[in-house]
Amino acid sequence: MSVRHALLALLSEGPKYGLQLREEFEARTGEVWPLNVGQVYTTLQRLERDGLVESEGADDGPQKAFQITTSGAAELATWLRTPPDLSSPPRDELVMKILVAIRLPGTDVPELVQAHRRYLVQLMQEWTRIKEGAADDDLSLALAVDAELFRLDSVVRWLDAADARLKRAAADGQARPARAPLPKQRRHIGARG
Amino acid sequence: MSILELQRVSKVYGRGAAEVHALDRITLSVDEGAMVAVMGPSGSGKSTLLTIAGSLEDPTEGEVRVRGAALADMSRNDKARLRRRTIGYVFQDYNLLPGLTAAENVSLPLELDGLPARKARATGLAALRDLGLAERAERYPDQLSGGERQRVAIARAVVGERRLLLADEPSGALDSANAEAVMRMVHDACKNGGMAAVVVTHDAQLASWADRVVFLRDGRITDQTAPVPEAESLLTPGGQQ
Repeated sequence: MSVRHALLALLSEGPKYGLQLREEFEARTGEVWPLNVGQVYTTLQRLERDGLVESEGADDGPQKAFQITTSGAAELATWLRTPPDLSSPPRDELVMKILVAIRLPGTDVPELVQAHRRYLVQLMQEWTRIKEGAADDDLSLALAVDAELFRLDSVVRWLDAADARLKRAAADGQARPARAPLPKQRRHIGARG
Repeated sequence: MSILELQRVSKVYGRGAAEVHALDRITLSVDEGAMVAVMGPSGSGKSTLLTIAGSLEDPTEGEVRVRGAALADMSRNDKARLRRRTIGYVFQDYNLLPGLTAAENVSLPLELDGLPARKARATGLAALRDLGLAERAERYPDQLSGGERQRVAIARAVVGERRLLLADEPSGALDSANAEAVMRMVHDACKNGGMAAVVVTHDAQLASWADRVVFLRDGRITDQTAPVPEAESLLTPGGQQ
């Protein structure tokens, strides 16, 4: 989450004070991402240094209001349209754990997969409780919680697929496929970037 | 109070070399107001568990009790009455009768149970109204969307004095908004209506509506989730982020 761009977005509505920005940030993100006030002021200082916001009022206290500049508005518009970095090679920690586990003698891989699945489903239950308790008109919270649920769900589905794949491999007598050297081409998967 | 109790329930299909252990010593208890999700890959025994819990099939071994009464001690008629009166079923493909309107579909089990037609209809309409379907009452299933059909099926499963809701992939064919609406209804039937529900699904998002998720593998319960903590814990600084 880019705090920098979120603050620019809030300032595009008009000049605001630091404390006000913090409150509005938390309200707009459904209070899913707590933000401390120090973070707000540090970010504002950097935005000012880069010419993306300017301050009104001489003193540095809470009475100092900030407003977005023309280049700040341009920066915000560019950021909204820039795709997040989803193209990096897979270095997911959970994927690594499972890859290590299938090579490690004496590891009960299905049990390990299940332990991670249980943890993820429990986390999803907690998010669903939040959604359940949210007011009907709290659109920000619903969107933020949905995003979290879909992300966790995709990991559970990967575990399900891994489970099925490992079961098939075991049935085919290839329980430890990684013992054999990998073909040269495959060794480079994940080596980009 | 425990609405559904399974004690070391096993189910074996076939004999000799063709023997398949669909369920292997399942012990599960679901209290009034509780919603339990059963997750597992296909072939893990999820649907068998549901049909046995619903008295549609007998276990090979073990005991099933609904509201304290052992199914093994019941006659065929007793079981049929239990299915009409106490248990509601929801399936992935809705199973509504095409020649009946939504209201008729919902009141049918009450009429079969001997309730006068007018009273059955009033109760059925009330159930539809509670689920936001009052305006759809006179429509036939093929005049309803998939989401509406499943909501009618849920109305039918919770109508009257039903205490146990058994659902097999209830939102499998629905988009995410309708799936959420369906799970909310099941959840509310437990929390506000005092029912107990067992929902079988392979979908973690749906399972996350349950109080407890039980994991089934090769006919056995291999794991289950811990009780869900207070919702706010994820939203406080220093909490899980």
